[in-house]
Amino acid sequence: MTRLIGGLIDRTAPLSFSFNGKTYQGFKGDTLASALLANGVQLVGRSFKYHRPRGIFTSGSEEPNALVTLHSGARTEPNTRATVTELFDGLEASSQNHIGPLERDLLAINDRLAPLFAAGFYYKTFMWPRAFWEKLYEPAIRKAAGLGALSTLPDPDTYDKGFLHCDLLVIGGGAAGLTAALTAGRAGASVILADEDFRFGGRLLAESDLLDDSWPSEWVDRTCAELASLPNVRLMPRTTVFGTYDHGIFGAVERVSDHLPPSDEAVRQTLWRITAKRSVLAAGAIERHIPFQDNDRPGIMLAGAMRTYVNRWASAPTRNADDQVAIFTNGDGGHRTALDLLGKGVPVLGVIDTRPDAPVFGKYKVFAGATVTGTKGRLGLQAIQIRQNGQSTWLEAGALGVAGGWNPNVHLASHHRGRPVWDEDRLAFLPPKDGPKGMFPAGAAAGNGATSVALADGMRTAQQALAELGTTAGNIPLPRVTDTPDTQAAYWHVPTTKRAWVDFQNDVTVKDIALAHKENMRPVEHLKRWTTLGMATDQGKTANISALAVMAELTGATIPETGTTIFRPPYTGVSLSVLGGGNTGRHFRPYRLTPTHAWAKVQGAAFTEVGPWMRAQYFPRDGETHWRQTVDREVLSVRKDVGLCDVTTLGKIDVQGPDAAEFLNRVYANTMATLKVGMVRYGLMLREDGHLFDDGTCARLADDHFVVTTTTANAGAVYRHMEFAHQCLWPDLDVQMISTTDAWAQIAVAGPKSRQLLQRIVDGFDLSNEAFPFMACAALTVCGGLRARLFRISFSGELAYEIAVPARYGHALMERLMTLGKDLGVTPYGSEALAVLRIEKGHAAGAELNGQTTAQMLGLGKMVSAKKDSIGAVMSRREGLAQDGRRLVGLLPLEPQSQIPAGSHLFTQGAAQTMQSDQGWVTSSCYSPHLGSYIALGYLENGHDRIGEVITAANPLEGQSFAAKVVSAHFIDPEGGRLRD
Amino acid sequence: MLIPHPLLGLRDSQEFTYLGDASLMNRPDPAGPSAEAEFCDYVFLRDNPAGVHRELWFHEQGDRSWLVVTRNTLTHEILGAELARNLPARGAE
Repeated sequence: MTRLIGGLIDRTAPLSFSFNGKTYQGFKGDTLASALLANGVQLVGRSFKYHRPRGIFTSGSEEPNALVTLHSGARTEPNTRATVTELFDGLEASSQNHIGPLERDLLAINDRLAPLFAAGFYYKTFMWPRAFWEKLYEPAIRKAAGLGALSTLPDPDTYDKGFLHCDLLVIGGGAAGLTAALTAGRAGASVILADEDFRFGGRLLAESDLLDDSWPSEWVDRTCAELASLPNVRLMPRTTVFGTYDHGIFGAVERVSDHLPPSDEAVRQTLWRITAKRSVLAAGAIERHIPFQDNDRPGIMLAGAMRTYVNRWASAPTRNADDQVAIFTNGDGGHRTALDLLGKGVPVLGVIDTRPDAPVFGKYKVFAGATVTGTKGRLGLQAIQIRQNGQSTWLEAGALGVAGGWNPNVHLASHHRGRPVWDEDRLAFLPPKDGPKGMFPAGAAAGNGATSVALADGMRTAQQALAELGTTAGNIPLPRVTDTPDTQAAYWHVPTTKRAWVDFQNDVTVKDIALAHKENMRPVEHLKRWTTLGMATDQGKTANISALAVMAELTGATIPETGTTIFRPPYTGVSLSVLGGGNTGRHFRPYRLTPTHAWAKVQGAAFTEVGPWMRAQYFPRDGETHWRQTVDREVLSVRKDVGLCDVTTLGKIDVQGPDAAEFLNRVYANTMATLKVGMVRYGLMLREDGHLFDDGTCARLADDHFVVTTTTANAGAVYRHMEFAHQCLWPDLDVQMISTTDAWAQIAVAGPKSRQLLQRIVDGFDLSNEAFPFMACAALTVCGGLRARLFRISFSGELAYEIAVPARYGHALMERLMTLGKDLGVTPYGSEALAVLRIEKGHAAGAELNGQTTAQMLGLGKMVSAKKDSIGAVMSRREGLAQDGRRLVGLLPLEPQSQIPAGSHLFTQGAAQTMQSDQGWVTSSCYSPHLGSYIALGYLENGHDRIGEVITAANPLEGQSFAAKVVSAHFIDPEGGRLRD
Repeated sequence: MLIPHPLLGLRDSQEFTYLGDASLMNRPDPAGPSAEAEFCDYVFLRDNPAGVHRELWFHEQGDRSWLVVTRNTLTHEILGAELARNLPARGAE
């Protein structure tokens, strides 16, 4: 155990957890990383490429090494940073990326083969033989590389999403964030303060500078208590603001219950979409390291992280309490760590400072003008080599802190293309001047990291941001701080001929950057992709700036000339589950249900998805063992007696106004203005490019009142298109429209006995052929006063009607028709029989209107009126479309019991089956109980002139080929006598 | 993104359906001598400027107005939004 005194952990609440199957103890307030360190565990994982033993490197979300897998079974969560995993009782964690135990990883052989694995190795080595890549190289490489593995089971957790609005969003709850939030909160502004940590305070919890002569956590607690008491302030701990989007919108993930044992009830994470008038970016800074030879051993970590572990978590970075700790630094920051370690009683070997004039702040040894040039200790640091005045010395050390300066967290300020600006005094990139509108960087994120400066900067920045909103925010009392500004001297890496890691997560070394330079991969974006620097879960947060400093040195350019790569959301990894915000399964795409859905369910119907709807597919009866039996029966009943089908899903648009007729004339290819009141006309709608868009019916209920229908799938698109035509093309037309798809339940009543059945529900309405002929329509009442609309239209080719009643009566109407039609043999039919009926009749549907077909191809070219303008008319006449000879035909397989699959291609019999000889394709296919044969519809080159010819329909995907006779698309009643009687 | 609807104020862009270049409002004269060529340009050729662009958005989850939104495609700054039906000179200038 290396647990120290003090710290912000609750020693009255011990917690038990396991790592690689072994049980350890920690306390409430610990992270997995701090608890492991307190138990003397330094080795936590293996590196990505070389499988080198690795330890905890940071104390935050920037962690490149300490990636572990949490939980087991379906809740398995790979690649989780131990440094931000809040400890709870019973937490299970395990290390990743090794074969055999972590201490004796068999894949460590990769480290011996390191010279083979230099940057660009895969690109160069596995080029040949070409065929080996997919089968041999890639699977082998993927198996050896990579980090944790997914469970591949469905995610059992629940997620949520929410929307928030505020005047000021403060991102980060450290010194600057807290004073910014308090300043704005006291001024009455609505404030959201979000921090990725579970405890507010940021670096204030990690440093030992006193505030008002007390521990900084006391000031933090007081400030948070006041913020929590303000009704206009919302505190959001455990919340990562991961992206800056347009117009003051931010994406954030709140880890609602990740810090608790997994549960089936609690929401795990919530996706927040925050709209903020102004924002303060107080995201702090990330310390950088100084690459030197063999700098990746467990026990080597950032000096600032070491302070966090010692001060906040009372965890020493060593395996044993009496192990010595060394510090390697290029500035005063490393000395702070030495002082804090001594203050907690941790033995300090000394501070190796690259500056010849290194200052001394306390009772510890200082190696001035010295560097670390090597390390020993395979599974944990044992010794370091110090080079000073031309002499090299090996000294025993159990841990080494590295301090190379701080990089302001400019990420969120750079999501809108703004490039960070290099500041030579601070040796850091600062947030861009042309960052997101309304965002104000403050504190360490703005390069003002010293505690006293950050506290004041937060207040000043909040005042500035609120002033833009017309709010004057007064000063708040700032605590007294006794910190002195840190100085540092630029020092980027210790030269070596061996490996010095820059990016730990991707195993990128200084040598790899030199190789990229040699191979002319010099721009940072090329450097990144050639070496994989800055990829994967940490996105190079501890590596990128050091890497480009090395590249700058190699090219002789300055650091600002070398520049940074582009920053993109998310700041840290966001799970796909939480991005879904709980919209999974049925919640991802809710079904729309028809008015007769509940009724159909009681009848035992099978259902199918049609566009956004759930429709009854067929209604099986006792004794029917196959869906075809049911569908055949339903089809034959319609042709013989009468059938009922809910057709509510078809789009309905009500069009009214003095110019309604003229408007419809312009959106339909055929003429609508001449339609008589009380009549219906089939309509074809084209896109402006001349292709078919949609078809439907157009009923004229009054001179200035039409009801048009659309296909189910295009209901929304047609409505949008009609509004476009009105508002954007012809706003001068006096016409209004509204979608009434949901307002009316519509039931098709089809079959020779449909008139007889309807006669039993209409209120004294004359249904005779003379009074109400084919394509008539009327508003009427049924069942003793219920408002209804009746259309004599037929999709099946039989005598048929569609009757519409207000949607809430759809269920009752269906029941009434079923009861009254019993003696007529009334049969409900589903979407499957509906499709068979229309294919038998040769009526077009979605498969024939696939966006690449024309009216002419349907055989309806004459419907596109040349006497008037309409959308698509001009383009439908262009040469390419006009000369297209393909026509819709029917196809009868010579073997009646073999089905030609839709999508098959058509060829002249005996011709080679190539693209050049392609004669068309099959659009729809079904079994026709009426003909006792499979039938199909398709577009065939010169189809209308080839009736009677036997052609080949080929399905090369399954090696199928059929001989089929070309017939009229109207398999039944081509003269249309049935629907007119 | 937030779109300043002339009647409804700032609305989230998720309420809208995007169509594209507002030049779609400039439908050619179908009776003109070179109607086919003009329609060909109208249907198939669009400007794709890096900068200020006038484009059509439909407030589908709202009041069903078609808007002409002037947007900088580089910064997503919205410079204005007008009701398409109120524009006397159609679409793009």
